[in-house]
Amino acid sequence: MVYSASRWCPKMADLPQNAAVVIVGSGPAGLAAATLLAEAGVGSVIVLDRAATPGGVPRHCAHSPYGLREFRRLMTGPAYARALVARAKAAGVTIHTGVNVTQLLPGPEVAVTSDAGPSRIAARLVMLATGARESTRAQRMIGGTKPAGVLSTGALQALIHEDGLIPFRRPVILGTELVSFSAILTCRLAGIRPIAMIEETGRTTARKPSGLLPFALGIPLLTGTSVAEVEGRDRVTGIRLAGAHADRLGADGLIVTGRFRPEAALLPQSHLVRDPGTGGPEVDQFGRCSDPCYFASGNLLRPVETAGWCWAEGRSVGKAMLRALKGTLAPDLGLRIRSSGVSALVPQRIAPGTAPPLDRLQIRVAVPSRGRLSLQVDGSEVAGRDLRALPERRIVLPLPRPGALQIDVSLAQDQQEGP
Amino acid sequence: MTEHSPLTDDLFDVAVIGAGVVGCALTRAFAMAGARAILLEKAHDILDGASKANSAILHTGFDAPVGSLEAACVAAGHAEYLDIHDRLGLPVMKTGALVIAWTEDEEAALPALMEQARQNGVNDVHFLDRTALREAEPGLGPAARAAFRVPREYLIDPWAAPLAYLTQAMLHGATLRRNCPVTEGAFDGAIWRLTTPQGTVRTKAVINAAGLFGDRVDQMLLGRSNFTIRPRKGQFVVYDKPAFDLATHILLPVPSKTTKGIVVCRTIWGNLLVGPTAEEQEDRETAVLVPATLDALRKRGEEILPALAQHDITALYAGLRPATEEKEYRLTRHPENMVTVGGIRSTGLSAALGIAHHVLDGWPQGFDQGDGQGTGWTAPAAVWPKVPNISEAGPRDWQSPGHGGILCHCEMVTEREVAAALTGPLAARSLAGLKRRTRVTMGRCQGYHCAARLGQVTDGVLSQPMVPEDG
Repeated sequence: MVYSASRWCPKMADLPQNAAVVIVGSGPAGLAAATLLAEAGVGSVIVLDRAATPGGVPRHCAHSPYGLREFRRLMTGPAYARALVARAKAAGVTIHTGVNVTQLLPGPEVAVTSDAGPSRIAARLVMLATGARESTRAQRMIGGTKPAGVLSTGALQALIHEDGLIPFRRPVILGTELVSFSAILTCRLAGIRPIAMIEETGRTTARKPSGLLPFALGIPLLTGTSVAEVEGRDRVTGIRLAGAHADRLGADGLIVTGRFRPEAALLPQSHLVRDPGTGGPEVDQFGRCSDPCYFASGNLLRPVETAGWCWAEGRSVGKAMLRALKGTLAPDLGLRIRSSGVSALVPQRIAPGTAPPLDRLQIRVAVPSRGRLSLQVDGSEVAGRDLRALPERRIVLPLPRPGALQIDVSLAQDQQEGP
Repeated sequence: MTEHSPLTDDLFDVAVIGAGVVGCALTRAFAMAGARAILLEKAHDILDGASKANSAILHTGFDAPVGSLEAACVAAGHAEYLDIHDRLGLPVMKTGALVIAWTEDEEAALPALMEQARQNGVNDVHFLDRTALREAEPGLGPAARAAFRVPREYLIDPWAAPLAYLTQAMLHGATLRRNCPVTEGAFDGAIWRLTTPQGTVRTKAVINAAGLFGDRVDQMLLGRSNFTIRPRKGQFVVYDKPAFDLATHILLPVPSKTTKGIVVCRTIWGNLLVGPTAEEQEDRETAVLVPATLDALRKRGEEILPALAQHDITALYAGLRPATEEKEYRLTRHPENMVTVGGIRSTGLSAALGIAHHVLDGWPQGFDQGDGQGTGWTAPAAVWPKVPNISEAGPRDWQSPGHGGILCHCEMVTEREVAAALTGPLAARSLAGLKRRTRVTMGRCQGYHCAARLGQVTDGVLSQPMVPEDG
């Protein structure tokens, strides 16, 4: 029996009742903001993470490239995570792991539970940086049986990195996002040989050069194909495909990759407004939620960007929090942007003020799309372009200036391309 | 005797075959009556067949055929559950149900169904016209016409209940053997000898509660069976916790001849459930998820509660009910000191305690305790173990100190809960068994966040490991 409270959890006597800033989540975005705020001397900055070790998703991605933007060198995910943690601690940030936030309250105040039991922490400001997770096989409505051996990339990487456990030898990888190629790298390092990569649309979602990886490694990339059925009772014994390659593969596992969604379970039961498009909190260009004492950054805002992007975003939103603490950020939450034809938009509101941390409109589409993307302010187009867009890929527009009476983002479809 | 030691020459009063909810309840009833009972399960863990997937409703039996054994057992099971649940730490969520008419024909059928309920002793049903129905459930789709309320249809934890029954049985001396299929049996006119991979079980009587294999076990032991199992698959869609608030009642359709139909209801763990389908199949072991069917289920769910369209799916599952060629339970007392409890289709969870007492009450002989001094012997006073609450109907472990941290963040399962489920006489033997005891990995992320930690704590302690041994 491995159960050991002392090994798994820190002593909770040191969990404070008050802090200047509480940051929920110790991934790149949360640690970047925490480091900046602590360096600026705002008082106590504490980071809460429910995991046993801080660092977020990169701590399990045992491959490059990480750290170029932040440390100006090529690092693996775990090394990068350790470096971010070390830098935050050096700046005076206190990181509490093994602490679950159970409720977000006005004040701001967060309810938590840890080995010490439930308690509350009040703060001047709170940042939510809880990241994102991949969609499950249930959410993707994959049929068949439910044997062991169907995993997300995140679960696979954690199993291999933390436990040294190899759940399968010949898996099929579903998806072709950036994370799907991370799954390939993880497999290769662990001696797992994926037998195929499956993509429902006609082309790879991730941009080159990642898209070339399967070819380089001799892994067949089957586009226009979906997973119809998982076979096997206790273990996966086969994967049945539908579409262009309606075939049965003798796989012993399935890696369900990508289609990230924000880890936003705290929102529905909180007083904060949730944006239906992203699934994360509704924010203005300063990363402020509908309660201006709450900020958010990183992949909680919008699945999904790289660790480097999240780090930069966390840092920028941290700067806005610094302004809020100094009282130089106007409390006006601004105007909600109207949108059509796109599935998600960040930020969703434009507030008065300059030097916004979210300095571009980040846009996503739900289906492969082709048409004119247009930003209209008070009825006239201020930016626009014709584009071909794939789901999960980044689309950006310039940020509209504050002060407008009406802001619209629209994607007029020429045609909707088939899957 | 531990679960791992070889079987000895002990003579049991009764051997129950099949550790589903019915087998667990039977073992409890016999053990508490003073019988030396053994429960034999072929799978790695208990509740691995029909009992692993159901809609988790404690039925009143309002719609059972009047005068049937099913009606009697469901009513008795319902009553006993309410009587004992507190003492065993078992939750109950007192939601009540609405039987909703969506068409004119269905509306016309409501009075007869209400009359049937009253004949089944469910006298507290009452009619709701369209206005009253809207008031009771404002989230219902526009086609809902009328309904009647069945106030005592409740939600329970379908795995904690049998776990508690068996825990109590074992405290009363019952023996459990998992990974222990019966492969042969012989009756010499007084004693049964059941062959298993763990040795021969000697018992005075046998109860066949083998669920989806009930007819096969009859054939194997008696050379005959008076029924044939026709597995009926049910697929379910589970929605994420915010959907819990969309409906307060269990939303039932007007039942057809063959099925209770597609239900929308909360779960005791704070989710919302849509299902089951009713699909006949040959396979007795594998319930395959079919996306097209699940899509149709989802659409039906959105007709019942339109707001469901905005909610995330947490899980999909499918189970098999041991239906037969007839609707009624197939309970037979054989002259060879054997009872078959077969064809417990979809009301097993509700009826289990009632079935157990029905079988016990009809038992031809008492139980003397080994030394033959049967007269004057009484069963020891009842012991009441409390099983851990993992439902939203009571306080959870994470709300008290010393829980060791949260292992499964979506379902807020603590390290202490998992550790407890992996120890003791009824420790989980498979990941599925651990899930049923704790709900670990059953939340919205389906293991994204906790697979690694779960790998650590289960490494080497499950008879069916999480990852292959050669891995």
